[in-house]
Amino acid sequence: MDVLYFAWVRERIGLPKETVDTKATTVLDLIEELRAREERYALAFSDLSALRVAVDQDLTDFDASIIGAREVAFFPPMTGG
Amino acid sequence: MRIIVQKDPFDGGSELNSFTAAQSNMGAIVSFTGIVRDVSAVLKHMDIEHYPGMTERALEQIASDAMARWDLGDVLVIHRYGKMHPEDPIMMVATASKHRKDAFEAADFLMDFLKSRAPFWKKEQTLTSDDWVASKQEDEDALKRWSRP
Repeated sequence: MDVLYFAWVRERIGLPKETVDTKATTVLDLIEELRAREERYALAFSDLSALRVAVDQDLTDFDASIIGAREVAFFPPMTGG
Repeated sequence: MRIIVQKDPFDGGSELNSFTAAQSNMGAIVSFTGIVRDVSAVLKHMDIEHYPGMTERALEQIASDAMARWDLGDVLVIHRYGKMHPEDPIMMVATASKHRKDAFEAADFLMDFLKSRAPFWKKEQTLTSDDWVASKQEDEDALKRWSRP
């Protein structure tokens, strides 16, 4: 599955996109796996209230399922307009 | 319905003229253009990052929601990404309707959702800093007035 990062999440983790081999079934499970990897991930995911998630390009919640998902994206609240 | 996501600047006036010319029997056209503003007099430029693919999907969804909710003949959304300078246009929306109220309300709705539900992130480079623009609680609150029981 592709995991994408945008804005300061991308800067903090240091890359825009990576392919992750995971058995996680929910977004939260995936976050726990990523947090355990390295300090930069733990830092980026330290405050979930400052983050938003999209699964297959649809905005969703952290307890959403990622079973069969092609891409999961993490980013801060959007500032368009 | 027309959704455009582009890097290049656009001419709001000519976009509005084309949009207006393409309508028939619409009594009301409303448009809004967002411009880069130098709040502190030290802004060098703004960079807008977006999520290619999701951006187009989100904008189409927001525009479709507006078309379903109000009596509209057409909707135009243009949103830029990349580097822009003070006074540059960032985005515009235009709505066409038989009725003034529908055109105004739909444009207002589009703007509220573009602010916090379309995957764009603004970063401001000033003389002294390079910071992501923080989202505002008031923008999130603005969505609530559109929720229906």
